[in-house]
Amino acid sequence: MRRTRERAAGAAVGAAGVEAPRRLYADPGLPDRIFRSVARGGGGLVLAVMLLVGGFLLYRAWQALSKAGWGFVTTEAWEPDAGNFGIAAVLTGTVLIALVAIAVAVPLAVGSALYISEYAPPRLRRTLVSVVDLMAAVPSVVYGLWGLFFFQSHVLGTARWIATYLGWIPLFTVDGADPTDPLATETVFTSSTFIAGVVVAMMVAPIACSVMREVFSQAPVGEREGAYALGATRWGMIRSVVLPFGKGGVIGGTMLGLGRALGETIAVYLIISPVFVIQPHLLQNGTSSVAALIALRFGEASEFGMSALMAAGLALFLMTLVVNFAASSIVARSRSGAASDS
Amino acid sequence: MTAEGTAMTATAPATGPAGPASTDPPKPQRSSPRTTLPAPRRTEDRRRGTSLLRATDAYALLGSAAAALSLTALLFDRLLPFDGAVGFTVIAYALFLGCYALVVSFDEDGPAVRDRVAAVVVQSLGLVMVTALAFVVVYTLWEGRRALPHLNFYIQDMRTAGPLDPLSAGGILHAIVGTLEQILIALAITVPSGLVCAVFLNEVPGRFARFVRTIVEAMTALPSIVAGLFIYATVILALGFERSGLAAALALGVMMLPIIIRAADVVLRLVPGTLREASYALGTSRWRTVWHVVLPTARSGLTTSVILGTARGVGETSPVLLTAGFTAELNADPLSGPQVSLPLATFEFVKSPEPTMIARGFGTAAVLMLLVLVLFIAARVIGGRGPGQLTRRQEHRRVLASRRDAERFAARSPRTYADRDPHQSNDDPSAEPSPTRSPQ
Repeated sequence: MRRTRERAAGAAVGAAGVEAPRRLYADPGLPDRIFRSVARGGGGLVLAVMLLVGGFLLYRAWQALSKAGWGFVTTEAWEPDAGNFGIAAVLTGTVLIALVAIAVAVPLAVGSALYISEYAPPRLRRTLVSVVDLMAAVPSVVYGLWGLFFFQSHVLGTARWIATYLGWIPLFTVDGADPTDPLATETVFTSSTFIAGVVVAMMVAPIACSVMREVFSQAPVGEREGAYALGATRWGMIRSVVLPFGKGGVIGGTMLGLGRALGETIAVYLIISPVFVIQPHLLQNGTSSVAALIALRFGEASEFGMSALMAAGLALFLMTLVVNFAASSIVARSRSGAASDS
Repeated sequence: MTAEGTAMTATAPATGPAGPASTDPPKPQRSSPRTTLPAPRRTEDRRRGTSLLRATDAYALLGSAAAALSLTALLFDRLLPFDGAVGFTVIAYALFLGCYALVVSFDEDGPAVRDRVAAVVVQSLGLVMVTALAFVVVYTLWEGRRALPHLNFYIQDMRTAGPLDPLSAGGILHAIVGTLEQILIALAITVPSGLVCAVFLNEVPGRFARFVRTIVEAMTALPSIVAGLFIYATVILALGFERSGLAAALALGVMMLPIIIRAADVVLRLVPGTLREASYALGTSRWRTVWHVVLPTARSGLTTSVILGTARGVGETSPVLLTAGFTAELNADPLSGPQVSLPLATFEFVKSPEPTMIARGFGTAAVLMLLVLVLFIAARVIGGRGPGQLTRRQEHRRVLASRRDAERFAARSPRTYADRDPHQSNDDPSAEPSPTRSPQ
């Protein structure tokens, strides 16, 4: 401190003679300089780890990528040792499972976030918030167990019903299902994109819900009361104040859930039976996902097969990165995002 | 309304003479007072209910539910070729919404009907979500009930127990030990680096910090299998280590790091700027401000963020699957040999078709979930307070420390601290209370 003061005084005396602008200089001292460099080093270390993840995957994947070329994106089969491999089927499967999950999870998440922030009695609210946050921390293998042993056997009837009555929509067609045959086996409906998607939806709904609830509860009180003062009903207030305010949070929460759904491994692995063709029929047995492919094949992979798996992992990584960047930029640009970090 | 009405009529005579008052000012010496207060005749008035819930609402709800149930039963039983519980529920719910809207529309207008229907929809969505999630948890605990009561489940490994052995043999000690070791190593790596990075993001602002924050935010969605793949590619393939608990811990660390940094960053941003400024105004250096003001203030929130990151890390299967391998034996050495963790053990158990193995899998999942639950409750208990709020014990400790300080200062200067001459003490550097000496 004292040193700084003397130096500042000396600078002032020197500047008095000539008309040069005074140079402001504060010596932070040695401990502070050490602190700064340690903090900077910590930030740099984390940055290095994060960049290494992408860099190393690319380096390892290069062998397979350079051999496969553009065929990597368009090939459906996965036979790396025969030179015939690509992510067209697994990537489609991943996206379809994630889309089913989002289609189920978003209405649930928006509804329960609105319930917690607007309708629930205040005493119940804290408990509900804790419950939903706890659910976001439940391990994915638990959801996988539930999906495999409980949900799958109970949802087959519904899947058959949808395939029977809505089968004319191409998405819901099931090959090999005969609605007129009362003895038809239901195995064509097991291990489908639909079941995997619903299980993943159970996983991502709490995550999306907690982001949305956080944003909804930050809707300005003045505007809420203004809406009520103009004679709005509660729903009118929600539609004209809370939802427009929380639009960024809804989109951001959805994208965050989508990112988690794309990368989910174990719950999907437990449920699906992998096929390596593009499977657009949601209710049909057999689908695939990038993460499950890696978990399935890495044990038996040769060196080149490992490189191909790294390439698939890289594709998954890039996809989630894009989704997450989009989410954070949407949230940051929205009105609610300017004040909060959710 | 009636009470207000009578009050108005009672006060009317009092305001009546105000009109002629401009021509004929009232004389204050009049014998009978002009202003008559309304008599307190409120005995027959009832207190107005401010509750939003009316009996007719309940009747409308119950009536619509009954109507929807009976209509659906009729449809399913007699008219249409439908069956199945899920279909019944969906159709009953849709009919219920229709009936309710119809019933409400008998005595309300459009916006009110929409309000009621929206309230029902939102509340049922919230109910569905909470029930479904609670069901997942209860289902796992219920299915795990066969394995959990056996004591050997917690103190043996699966070395001697085959798939056909009953539940009274074998256990998951190896998985419990593996999980604890892996998560502790992961925490030992991520907590210091994560907290330093979070402090960096907040205390050394600039373009570089913004860039790091963007990258960290993008990495929170890093798929866990990609984290495992990264460690597999670097530590196992490139550096040539064998699969071990340490590699799994590193993979978990890579996955947990962005989560912890992000949560800690948010918490540190909540520390009031006035506290920092007060500390700087006292001449404290930057790192002393961080160490003595910012971090203690945000301690509960930082603990919460670490615990929540731990809860995520404990439950991850895929990084461990790729990097730790699988073994049925107890391996307490994280540096060599495959080591299994609770979620990985669950995964391997339920891949077996044997019912006892599946029961073991559910038991393992239940143990894992209890672990997560304990971590979560700890996070809630610690993190329930905002930054700077103290428990009673902390407050007591703070008061004692402050009293000790006062005694110490008093002992150092010959006179009492309060009536000391400020000019004199400035010249005497030994009497100046240095901010760097103040204990926390």
